[in-house]
Amino acid sequence: MTVTLPMTWTTVCDYHVLLPERGVCALVGGEQVAVFRTFDGAVYAIGNLDPFSGAHVLSRGIVGTRGGEPTVASPLHKQVFSLVTGACLDEPGTAVPTYPARVADGRVEVAARAALPERDGPVNASGRSLVDAP
Amino acid sequence: MSRVVVAGYGPAAHRFVEALRERGFDGRITVIGEEPRPAYDRVALTSYLTGTSLADLTYAVPEGVETLLGTRVTGIDREARVVATAGGATVPYDVLVLATGSAPFVPPVPGAEHAHVYRTIDDLDAIRAASDGASEGVVVGGGLLGLEAADALRGLGLRTHIVEMSPWLMPRQVDEGGGAVLKGHIEDLGLSVHAGAGVQEVVTDAEGRVTGLRKPDGSLLDAQIVVFSAGIRPRDELARAAGIDVGERGGVVVDAGMRTSDPAVYAIGECALAGGQVYGLVGPCNTMAEVAADRILGGTAVFEGADLSTKLKLLGVEVAQFGAMSGALDVTYMDPVGGVYKRLFISDDARTLLGGICVGDAAPYATLRPFVGKPLPAAPADLLFTGTGAAGLDLPDEAQVCSCNNVSAGAVRAAIADKGVSDVPGVKACTRAGTTCGSCVPMLKQLLEKSGVEISKALCEHFTYSRAELFDIIRVRGVTTFSELIAGHGTGRGCDICKPTVASILASLHNGHVLEGERAALQDTNDAYLANIQKNGTYSVVPRIPGGEITPDKLIVIGEVARDFGLYTKITGGQRIDLFGARVEQLPQIWKRLVDAGFESGHAYGKALRTVKSCVGSTWCRYGVQDSVGLAIALELRYRGLRAPHKLKSAVSGCARECAEARSKDFGIIATEQGWNLYVGGNGGFKPRHADLFASDLTTDELIRTIDRFLMYYIRTADRLQRTAAWVESIEGGLDHVRDVIVNDSLGLCAELDAQMAHHVSTYEDEWRATIEDPEKLSRFVSFVNAPGVPDPSIVFERERDQIKPMVVTP
Ligand SMILES: Cc1cc2nc3c(=O)[nH]c(=O)nc-3n(C[C@H](O)[C@H](O)[C@H](O)COP(=O)(O)OP(=O)(O)OC[C@H]3O[C@@H](n4cnc5c(N)ncnc54)[C@H](O)[C@@H]3O)c2cc1C
Ligand code: FES
Repeated sequence: MTVTLPMTWTTVCDYHVLLPERGVCALVGGEQVAVFRTFDGAVYAIGNLDPFSGAHVLSRGIVGTRGGEPTVASPLHKQVFSLVTGACLDEPGTAVPTYPARVADGRVEVAARAALPERDGPVNASGRSLVDAP
Repeated sequence: MSRVVVAGYGPAAHRFVEALRERGFDGRITVIGEEPRPAYDRVALTSYLTGTSLADLTYAVPEGVETLLGTRVTGIDREARVVATAGGATVPYDVLVLATGSAPFVPPVPGAEHAHVYRTIDDLDAIRAASDGASEGVVVGGGLLGLEAADALRGLGLRTHIVEMSPWLMPRQVDEGGGAVLKGHIEDLGLSVHAGAGVQEVVTDAEGRVTGLRKPDGSLLDAQIVVFSAGIRPRDELARAAGIDVGERGGVVVDAGMRTSDPAVYAIGECALAGGQVYGLVGPCNTMAEVAADRILGGTAVFEGADLSTKLKLLGVEVAQFGAMSGALDVTYMDPVGGVYKRLFISDDARTLLGGICVGDAAPYATLRPFVGKPLPAAPADLLFTGTGAAGLDLPDEAQVCSCNNVSAGAVRAAIADKGVSDVPGVKACTRAGTTCGSCVPMLKQLLEKSGVEISKALCEHFTYSRAELFDIIRVRGVTTFSELIAGHGTGRGCDICKPTVASILASLHNGHVLEGERAALQDTNDAYLANIQKNGTYSVVPRIPGGEITPDKLIVIGEVARDFGLYTKITGGQRIDLFGARVEQLPQIWKRLVDAGFESGHAYGKALRTVKSCVGSTWCRYGVQDSVGLAIALELRYRGLRAPHKLKSAVSGCARECAEARSKDFGIIATEQGWNLYVGGNGGFKPRHADLFASDLTTDELIRTIDRFLMYYIRTADRLQRTAAWVESIEGGLDHVRDVIVNDSLGLCAELDAQMAHHVSTYEDEWRATIEDPEKLSRFVSFVNAPGVPDPSIVFERERDQIKPMVVTP
């Protein structure tokens, strides 16, 4: 169960950096959050983790609409998620978390949630990264 | 019953054993065939002389079927239930099926033993061998098969005569008026037609070499090859010798269940006499095969006779005949200038369609044949004169749509309604309709279009147009952005289907960087990051290695880059090297190293030209006849970056050994002594398909012009994600149409296609270089926009065989 406590806002980037219909990924309270600006100027934030593949990639999906609802399609297997509710529109029952998002002072901000659904520990805890950025 | 033996291995035998297996027969099946190979598509025999390989013509032997090839059956011992073979072996049977087909009839004239016939692969090999050094040929017989043989001789470069006993050509299919129009067409092609003429003698010289053909009036036609195609005779000799009933004029007598006078012996195909008739078309032969298989398994199927309608395109002329060739009333359309003759036969009350004949335009065949014996669907004049034929008519369910495979309109509708089939390939797979001669495909399309299931061409919920229609809108209206297009011609804001499609069209038409301005938001992640996304969200990087040729220095650079960035390295099937495991923020750094060493993007990520593979060619190979590597490099550099409805692959082989596997490519080139043969429409993958020969012995310039147009016409008209193979199959008129458009410029499009390709070639730029040189584009390549230096911590690897591999993370 998710318990949402009072919000703390994290700055993601300047609004003009967030191009229409092109997502970015931000670290918000240690979580990977995919942030989008739709064509009409509104901003949305959802979890970056694609629940179908286990990869953190939703920010790199194609933004569009389905029946008027703003959506993003997973770049791996193309399942479409609502940017408003986080629900997967192709596989009912699956959803990604959504985060409050706003534009303040020309900046995009996303609220970190103080409490998150139960999760396993950090995914790299048991592995070792063999690749370092040169 | 345990053992079924089939004598003869032609198309009927093949269909029979296939049907037995499909229906679950689990006993032993042995097929004994006199030809040294399994059954092949005899209907397409002539294509063997124009480049289709034997392998492509040959049917696969169904699993578990034993074959004795190159083995003639010489006798049947009905008492002991065994057949004897020419090798002296005996094969016991519980059920024997005669599928011995027929043999060409050779009139008993002097010298006939020096003439050829036209029925088997071996016959064609013999004709091809004899054509070497010959300049003239004669075909005796101006029927369907005779004209096909004449076409083959002409294709072998011979001046060709056709001698036909009847007063006009194809007397079984057309009447005198049609025959006259047909003769005009054939003479226009440079063949001489001698109708109403017989044969006196095949003239030979002292060594027995053919020098000509003497007609009964004493006149002589010079020829070094004579081919008899004067009718066929059922091969009923086995049955006759065994005392099984045969017809007065030949053919093994069978009942409606294909059983002969011996209950343990069946006969199918061209050797059978069913209902007093021998059938010389593959459609009825297939039906007989199905009926026999059903009966042997205890079924009750009956052969009810068959439609002898024919439609063919011979020497480029369409000829068709359906139903009756006479009637109380008839309506004729004749255009001697355009070479078109169409005639419909109608009952005396002018209500019922009885049949029709078409020469020069066979459109009424497809639309009207199913109405034979039924009320006329419209006024006869409208049916013949409007040119649209009967398009738009509703067929009754019982009307036969595909005569080759005996499929009714109802069966096609059922496949659409019950099995959810929504396109022609689906109908083919489900019903077999359209899989033999293909003439019914337009009909299948119409049934699909009219079926209750709306087959929408709409790309997605945002556009009601097909990709080809969008292409035209963008081209004609000069649209340059997605927003402009969707505001004017669509709804909503697009999706992962229409956006990349439009991006691809814009790229094909205008070129320009795929990440420029708004276009960046249209791209699939692969195009957006100019790399291929992998299962863990990392990307793979493939530098272009044109033609697979690479210097040691460049090879070392790839190795160093892979080592320094810790990338998993694998050689691809396209003769290049794929580097896996790069994070988004590493991509520009990797490209920089590669670009500095002279590499560029290989477009492995795009629906674009991938690679042009090559074998080493004449420079090194002792068999090579042309420089395949040089051509492959030139082609790869010409078409690099060309965005298309789907990926494009190519290969060049330096000789007929085909080491580059060019025939599995969208466009493949095989060197000949004279130049290049171009094959198109091949692919590997889920549904492999060999490319078809498109043009032969081209010079390099001709080759490039032809490929330019082929690609641009494909890009312009194909559906989204339709490879060239599916495109060629779906396009009305198939490959012949494509050839017409790009070789004969039948649509007047060639200048535009050429200009579009020239624009592409002159505006190409390397996407990697353009990206690393543009800070704005570069700023997108971070894992986290608010922590640009931080790599994505969720990406972790383990090791396998001394390289990295993604660690599987369960979501
Ligand atoms: C050039 C050409 C073009 C054609 N075009 C068309 C067309 O467009 N449309 C159409 O409908 N039809 C067409 N046909 C006709 C079609 O090919 C035949 O209807 C079909 O091949 C008949 O099949 P079948 O198996 O009955 O006989 P066949 O194809 O004749 O096969 C019989 C096989 O049995 C073998 N055999 C015979 N006797 C023995 C024996 N004693 N022991 C062992 N083996 C034996 C023969 O060698 C042969 O391989 C064409 C035919 C030709 C030659
Ligand atoms: S009519 Fe020949 S394939 Fe259908």
